[in-house]
Amino acid sequence: MASNLYNKPILFAIVAAVVILIGTAVTMFIPMLTPEMHPKLANLKPYTALQLAGKDIYQREGCNNCHTQTVRPLKTEVMRYGEYSKAGEFAYDRPFLWGSKRTGPDLARIGGKYPDQWHEIHFDNPQAMYAESNMPAYGWIKQNKLDPTDIEAHMKANDFPYTREDLAQLKDKTELDALIAYIQVIGTAVTGAK
Amino acid sequence: MNDYRYDNQTVKGFIVSSIFWGVVGILVGLWISVQMWMPSWNIPPYFTFGRLRVVHTNGLAFGLGIGAIFGISYYIIMRLTKRPLLFPKLARFHLWFFNVAILLAALSLLAGMNQSNEYAELEWPLDIAVVILWVIFAVNVFGTIIKRKEEQMYISLWYILATTVAVAILYIVNNLSIPAGWNKSYHLFAGVNSANVEWWYGHNIVGFIFTTPILAMFYYFLPKSTGLPIYSHRLSIVAFWSLVFAYLWTGAHHLVYTPLPDWIQTLGIAFTIFLIAPSWGSVVNGYYTVGNDWSKMQTNYLTKFFILGITFYGLQTVQGPTQGLRVVSQLIHFTDWVPGHVHMGTMGWVTMTAAASIYYIIPKIYNTEIYSEKIANIHFWLVLIGQLIFSITMWITGIMQGALWKATNPDGSLKYTFIEVVAKNYPFWKMRTLGGVIFTVGMLFFIYNIYMTMRKGKLALAEAKA
Repeated sequence: MASNLYNKPILFAIVAAVVILIGTAVTMFIPMLTPEMHPKLANLKPYTALQLAGKDIYQREGCNNCHTQTVRPLKTEVMRYGEYSKAGEFAYDRPFLWGSKRTGPDLARIGGKYPDQWHEIHFDNPQAMYAESNMPAYGWIKQNKLDPTDIEAHMKANDFPYTREDLAQLKDKTELDALIAYIQVIGTAVTGAK
Repeated sequence: MNDYRYDNQTVKGFIVSSIFWGVVGILVGLWISVQMWMPSWNIPPYFTFGRLRVVHTNGLAFGLGIGAIFGISYYIIMRLTKRPLLFPKLARFHLWFFNVAILLAALSLLAGMNQSNEYAELEWPLDIAVVILWVIFAVNVFGTIIKRKEEQMYISLWYILATTVAVAILYIVNNLSIPAGWNKSYHLFAGVNSANVEWWYGHNIVGFIFTTPILAMFYYFLPKSTGLPIYSHRLSIVAFWSLVFAYLWTGAHHLVYTPLPDWIQTLGIAFTIFLIAPSWGSVVNGYYTVGNDWSKMQTNYLTKFFILGITFYGLQTVQGPTQGLRVVSQLIHFTDWVPGHVHMGTMGWVTMTAAASIYYIIPKIYNTEIYSEKIANIHFWLVLIGQLIFSITMWITGIMQGALWKATNPDGSLKYTFIEVVAKNYPFWKMRTLGGVIFTVGMLFFIYNIYMTMRKGKLALAEAKA
């Protein structure tokens, strides 16, 4: 048997695939079929067109390379950031944006923490607010207007509800408005802030 | 030998391409390491940390890593099957297609087209290109091995076959997404489920790009360059099957203390601990192989690359499981410890082993000797020192960050604000750049040595013809 396996590449590859798929099935595929992996908090709402546009910019600029969006249930972490993250908060995030590195602080409870104007000043020049910050400035996104056609396609792909008026309002908004709108909604299904 | 000449040119093409993308990826790495302590080095819109970091990781994983894997695997397969590639023209097309895809990948990431899944950032049209590249590779791998002229398949071929199958499964599943225009898509999976799929992929793509194909190189080139047979065939069988079995259970150790169900986390951590055994199976096999004659460390310049490479593999595979434990994860997760860990693997194990394999292959292809063993030794020491400065600095700063984030005053309040902890990182981040510079200089010695070896080979050939 053993000698056969190492002489038969196709059989070998099939056996290897089966061996690889066991762990895959138990830890990934089977859980996916259970409701445990698809929780949704009762007051979690789909993103609005403006918020989704902001989330797209968050992803485009790779904010998740330096900011996490998950508060671990550890004492000092809850003290620093707020209520620990719940599984049902992320049902509209494709993909999840928990991140893996905190070069900057966690943002899971950033929504409603500061007024919009705070974010405008901070994005414009993070070092003016925190001299020792190493965050790049993002004031330049103010220059970019939103494209309602693109955003409509993105809303459709996500199957989020929207109206003609929602899209019409986007025309006067900048990318910075959208990014701040997104930031202000992060985590608010739990904290209720807004 | 004539039969192999065309394929050897393809192998060489992949090696040169991977070195080229490696230089790009390393220079971008240096750049972003400076951005960490000098934000003015961010040049929007294309060259901010958030965009460049993914160019760095993708450029090195896909450009340097996969480029080297394609070329070196083709070389190994031809030797172990005792025949040229079954489809030589297809392999040459593969080479060109690979370079076009990597170029487009780098440009699209600079443009901000990003799926936001770590190590799966490329948008859907490029995902399709990657799948085509992989299928082309698989056709030649399977075709050539099926039509082999050597009955037994050696260990390296097992690892290459497993890599071919596993990467296909991982890449396709995690990149399933809902397109919303030609340059934007949304993950088919949402929230917690998306996290679980992504880290099933993220951990295992490391396993099947930075581990199994590199082990294929290790098991082939270590005996070849030292003349010493692998210590234990049985150990390599046990290590292979337990490795490919256990790897796929472990992705959740990236999600410790997140909202992912606890049982998946615990299962992931348990299998991560188990994974030490097969990893060290290969480490021990390597040590005992050279243990037959340790003088090879002095007399054969490649031996120390392989032995140090497998040593860093061994250190990685103990460090990784340690940081998966809840008690360690709560301290060092999200800190600079994590890039420290990754870079010991990539700069220590992967780059050292791949560079040694290239040192072996290039003179063989040109039918000559290496240009300078002395330069190879300088290369060795520089990349070793650079990597150690990098990794050790990042461990220290990672532990410090974790401890300061947790520190409390006697009244129970937090002792440091976030920005106060950032401020304490600067000396370490500068030190990391220094480590990176030393490593890069080492790599430049390597490239010079390879270039001069190729030149020497070409000149000898021209002379022979004249």
